[in-house]
Parts: sequence; C-alpha cells; structure tokens
Amino acid sequence: MARLYEYQGKELLKQFKIPVPAGRVASSAGEVRAIAEELGRSVVLKAQVWTTRRASMGGIQFADSPAEAHEKAKDLFGLVVKGFRVEKVLVEEKLAIKQEFYTGIIIDDTSKMPLILFSSVGGTGIEEIAKTHPDRLARMSIDSLTGLRDYQARNLVRRTGLHGKLQFQIGSVLVGLWQIARKYDARAAEINPLVMVKDGTVYAADCRLTIDDYAVYRHQELGIEVAREFDHPPTELEKIAYNIEKNDYRGTFYFIQLEQNFKKGDNYIGFHGAGGGGSMMSMDAVNKQGFKIANFTDTSGNPPASKVYRAAKIILSQKGIDGYFASGSGVASQEQFHSARGLVKAFREEQISIPAVIRLGGNEEDLAVEILTKYTRDLPAPVEGYKKDDSADYCAGRLRTLVDHYREPAVKPEPRKRPGAEKPYTFQTLTGRVTFDHAKCESCESKICIQACQPGILKLDGDVPVLAITRETAEKGKCIECLACELACEFEGGRAAYIDLPIPGLEAIRFLNPEA
Amino acid sequence: MSILIDRSKKVLVQGITGREGQVRTQLMLEYGTRVVAGVTPGKGGMEVHGVPVFDTVEEARETVGVIDVSVVFVPAPIVKNSALEALESEIKLLVLVPDRVPIYDVLEIVRAAKSAGADFVGPNTLGLLSPGKAVLGMMGGRARAAREWFKQGHVGVSSRSGGITSSIAYYLSKNGIGLSTLVHVGGDPVVGLTHPEIMKRFEADPETKAVVMFGEIGTSQEERVADLMEASEFTKPLIAFIGGKAAKEGTRFSHAGAIIEGERGTYEGKVRRLKAAGAHVAEAFDDIPEVTKKVLKSMGINN
Repeated sequence: MARLYEYQGKELLKQFKIPVPAGRVASSAGEVRAIAEELGRSVVLKAQVWTTRRASMGGIQFADSPAEAHEKAKDLFGLVVKGFRVEKVLVEEKLAIKQEFYTGIIIDDTSKMPLILFSSVGGTGIEEIAKTHPDRLARMSIDSLTGLRDYQARNLVRRTGLHGKLQFQIGSVLVGLWQIARKYDARAAEINPLVMVKDGTVYAADCRLTIDDYAVYRHQELGIEVAREFDHPPTELEKIAYNIEKNDYRGTFYFIQLEQNFKKGDNYIGFHGAGGGGSMMSMDAVNKQGFKIANFTDTSGNPPASKVYRAAKIILSQKGIDGYFASGSGVASQEQFHSARGLVKAFREEQISIPAVIRLGGNEEDLAVEILTKYTRDLPAPVEGYKKDDSADYCAGRLRTLVDHYREPAVKPEPRKRPGAEKPYTFQTLTGRVTFDHAKCESCESKICIQACQPGILKLDGDVPVLAITRETAEKGKCIECLACELACEFEGGRAAYIDLPIPGLEAIRFLNPEA
Repeated sequence: MSILIDRSKKVLVQGITGREGQVRTQLMLEYGTRVVAGVTPGKGGMEVHGVPVFDTVEEARETVGVIDVSVVFVPAPIVKNSALEALESEIKLLVLVPDRVPIYDVLEIVRAAKSAGADFVGPNTLGLLSPGKAVLGMMGGRARAAREWFKQGHVGVSSRSGGITSSIAYYLSKNGIGLSTLVHVGGDPVVGLTHPEIMKRFEADPETKAVVMFGEIGTSQEERVADLMEASEFTKPLIAFIGGKAAKEGTRFSHAGAIIEGERGTYEGKVRRLKAAGAHVAEAFDDIPEVTKKVLKSMGINN
C-alpha cells in the first residue's frame, strides 16, 4: 500500500483543521537547527520512516536548545531503521502531554464497510490495551454514503467515558480523520497517540495514512512515486518496473525485491509468478527445494508478450541469482504462448547463463512449450518448459537438479546488441518499435513474418513486409506486441526483424552494477 | 442444477467492444452462455459476434427484456459507474472482472447492490462456470479448453485465486471428479459474494454434494465458513486448502487491523477453525483430488 510519511499526513490533518504540534520537516541538520530556533522552545526530532516502534530504535530524540537539536539531528540523518535510511526529520515543539488516546479507521472485510475505532487509552502497545481494557475501546461502522456525522463521533467517544469539552474536541478530530480517509481513499488512517496537553487542548501527535494503491491515480497531489505495498523505500529496479506497469494497462506486472545482499551460490533465484494463488504455491515449492527468493514478480491477467519480456529483463538484472523459476497456477486461462515469446526474447538477448524452469500450463500450452524449448536450445544455460500435468513441486525439483549440475561458462556471454539495419522499415507500437531490414527481407525466401503475425497486420509489398494497416492503428494497439514476427524471422526467415521495447532506466543501472 | 449460472440466464456484457470484452464474449457464446446484449457507450448499433450492442443498459433492457446477469469488462476507474447502471436496470447478478478497482468504489457498489437486492461477484474475478452449461467472465479462456478441462458432476469449487480455481477444477476432473459450479470469488480484500455466501448457495443446490474451497491468508472469509458449519447452515462435506503458509503474515494495515482481526486472517488460525468445524483440510495442494475422492467414497457417491 502507498504509505504517507508522518509529516505528509500531518499536512493533511492541518487542512482538515485537526490540531498538530507546531513545526515542520527538515532535510539536513542545519535545517533542523533553524527550525528549532524559530520554534524557540524544547523540540522533538522524529525520523521519517515507515515503521512502527521507531522510538526503540533511536528514531525519536528530544532537545532543549537549537545547538542540541543540531547535534542530535546529525546522528539521526543517516541512521538506518529497518532498512530505511533516514532522509527527513520532522522537528516539532515538545508537548506537555497529560493524556493519550488512540483513533483509527480501517476497511473491514466482514461488514464491507469502513470501521472507526476510538480508545480513551492510547500510545504504544495499543493492541494489548484493547485486550486488557475492552471498556475503553469503542467502534462503529461508517456508512460510506452518509459519512461519519458529528453526533455519531461524539457518541462513540462518550462510550469510552469521556465527556464535555474533551469529548467535543475529539469528536471533531474523528470527523476530520474520516473526511481525510474518504477524500484520499485511505485503506487505513490512524492517529496514535492523539494527546491532550496541560491546557486541555487536543493534538495529533502522530499520523499514519495508507492510501489504496488502486486509487493513487486520483491523488496526483500526494506525489506517491510507487503505489505499491513495500516495507522498504522502492529500489531503483522497483521504480523502473513500476513505471512500466503504470504506462501499460494490458495485464498486470508486479515486481518487488525481497533480498539484495546475496551472491552467486547463496541459492537465490529470480521468481516469476502468474496470479496470486499460483505464485504463492510456486514459491512454497521452490522454498521446499532449499532455494531463497530474490524477488517476487507476477505477470498475469493476460499481459502481452512485451510486458512479460520486460519483466524477465528486470528479473535478470539482479546480481547473483542462481536460477530462474516461472510458474503460476498451472492451468492458466490466458494464452501461454505470449509469455513464452516474452521470455524467449529476454533470454536470448541476455544469453541467459543460469538454468531456467518455466511452467506454462494452461491455454495453448503445447505451442508455448514448443516455442520456449525450440528457441532456447542454443543458449548457454538449460531452459526447460512444463505443462499443466507437471506440478509446481516437480518443476521446482527440476530447477534444483539443473542448478546443482550446472557449471557457468568461464567467460560470461555478452548480452546481444541490437542489430543494425541497412534499409530499415519501421513502425511504432503501443510501447515500442518494430524494424524490418528490407535489405535482408529481399533475399528471404520464407517470408515467414507475414503468417507469423498474429493480428495479421503485415502484407508483402513486392518482396518485403510492410504494414497492411495505417501506422496510427498499429501504434494505437492493433500491433499487439506478440513478438511472433521477430522470433519466426530469426529462426525461419532472414534475421531481419527486431522489436525495440525500451525499459527506461535499466541500462543506467547495469552500467553502475556491471556484474548484473 | 448448479448455482448462479446456467443455460437459461440472460446475460449482458458491459464493455463488449473492448479487447477483453470481445474475446470473452466469444468464449461465453461458444460455451453455451445466453449472451443477449452488449453495452458500450457511443457504440450502439454495432454487433459483436452477432450480439447487438447498445449505448446504455436501460436501452438494452427495453429491447431484449429482463436481463439476469451483467458481466463487466470496462476499465477499473469506471467499473463503479457501470455497476450502478446495471443495478438501476434491475439486473440481480453482476460479475466484475477488472482488477484494480478502488476500494471505496467497491464499498459504494456493496451499498447500492444491497438496496437493490442484488449480488455481485468480484471485482478482480476470473468469473464462474457451470460445466456443460455456461460460463461468465473469462474462466477457461477458450471454449475448447473449458470443455476439455472441466467435467460435469457433483462437487462445487469456490476459490480466492483465479488461476487456482481452474487448476483445482482441472485436477479434480482429471481424477474423475465432476463439478457442479466453479466460482472465483475475486482476489480483492472486499468482494461481493464471499466464500460463506457461496457456501449457502451450494447448500441449497441439490446437485452439489460436496465443496472444495481454496482459501488464502488475510480476511475472515474462511473463518466465517467455519462459523456457518458450526451453526449447521452449511452441512455438506467441505474440503479446504489454505494458501500462503510460507508467505509472511498477511499485511496489517495498522493497529486497527490487528485489534479487529486478532488471530483471524492467519494460516494457523484458519486451519484450526476449519478443522474444528469438521472440514477436511488438505495439507498439500496436490492432495486435494485424493482427499475429495475419499470424502465422496465415504458418502457412497460415484461421481
């Protein structure tokens, strides 16, 4: 889920008139000092990271003077909390807290409604408090059409034993929090603790907002870079992968790195699943064989070959993986030859030098496995394809055997370069560009590309292939990027076709990490 | 019999002229589904595989009469709008195929369906299929494959994963176990008909003698099925498998999630509850056909 940092959440709270402590976010120790000077009183410095219990890891510091704030900030920046390097620190006035409360909104799958909780005891360990003091915790479902009404919020607070001005103030906070949750499509919105200070005023001392990934597109103003459920800030590869997904609505592509600090021989594999349930079971199967999973990837929902190709290229860009495992439910409704072609193009370009086991069961599995095996025979590493009657466990066992017996070539094969063209004929596709070198096409006898083209958008113009439709229609998606023309041409034609499918940012990463 | 879908139901396809809409309309027609109309705003008057296309659902209804089911293939941001449109035309079952529908949109659909007295499957569903009768959505992909993979019989399948719905159904059929209806309830945290609601329908279907359920970590659907069994509202034998044993604990969005759910949602919690309620929980996915066979044999059913 797309999480917001505390300081971003508090900006939204302010807009909805929920009081927050005075202060703002800083990006350097110098800035921290300046803010502390402006505030002119004792301050709290809070590392901006997406984890709970940051206080126990030194992520929260107090300072009584700007000089002390400056010193403590130097330690905070650069601190690594559960894999997060602290890059921003929120500097706020230190509150004289008299009482702590808790409130949170979540979407409840049982009632299929948003649910708001309020507890008159808050702070760390709220789950435990909820168990030990059930009388202090009140909850209610919110009708998403009418929203949370002011009197409902106050009655909720009343049920925990709070009255008068305090009940009134907190009621307004709850209504504001609901409005934020609804407006920003929050899967979860939480203030813990909500505090009352000595003079009786209520403040949101912390704030956690998690935005629904599927609704991030409605909230450009939040500046969410990667709308994904991560327990770490997105890696470079994850950003590259997300941008591909964001710009291609056909099917689904999900990529997350689970581990990065490993080397060859550590038993890490690149994992390429298809569909949630099938992926989960396929991961169980490779785990049973003693493998560890470097990344989780899912391409499903009938993605084009071009998307599967990009996914494979990104998976293979991870350093130190010992094998490649692709497996879904085993009985896919989508046509599996698209996945096969996408994988083949990536494996050929990379001259794959780690064993790969690909489970392609489902629609058109015979053709899919034929494409996979026929077009990868000449590659440095073994690539095996399997069908719906081969279980995930069996396939994972095959990968075990292959990895155990495989010796990598002493000299790692060079990835293949994009071929040049003497007489290029090109057209754009939805996310790439097709090139035929007509100089080679002239002498080609098979003209295999014409029959290979699945949507049938190519025709012969004399001796050479050209589009049978307008360039605009091809670019708008009539060319489905099935990659069939390129592969057929390489093996049965004049080696004249090439499809460019750019992956912005990938080359730069590889340049920085040449071993990948 | 079967549940939710058979040959008699009149079906509308919303988004019939799109990439998926066209291909899956062909699947549905070739398999035997009674697709009577399609809707794409601005494309009224066209035909897709012989099915007339209308600009609005209301117009389709006026022309072809009462419609039983609408299968929705429109882009995720406009699913809510399409669902509300179908509900207003008194369609009582919707199948929302698209992935990535915003959750607050789903909540609004829940609300509207409830007041219309209608149900929906999905979002993020592969659909439903009653072998030898009809299919809704994209299950099987192609009619030829769907006929080859899924055999008719007495076991219902309800699953939270699309691919796994097909694979369970295929492996059961391959082992000689025929099926009444397959339902993919959808992969999202909030969906229309959930496992317990599907169980109630299987309970009422005389043709279904036993049910296979594929559950997953997260949500309370499987625990609520256990509740139904304990309350004797679901009395047929249940064979269950829960996916995600090795996956790290289901994402907790917040303290609120933890307070509400307690141990619900975990692998261990689900397995324990189901076993206590009398379900046959398969330890390994590949054991499902064998376990099902034994259950049917003990009931004296030769499927």
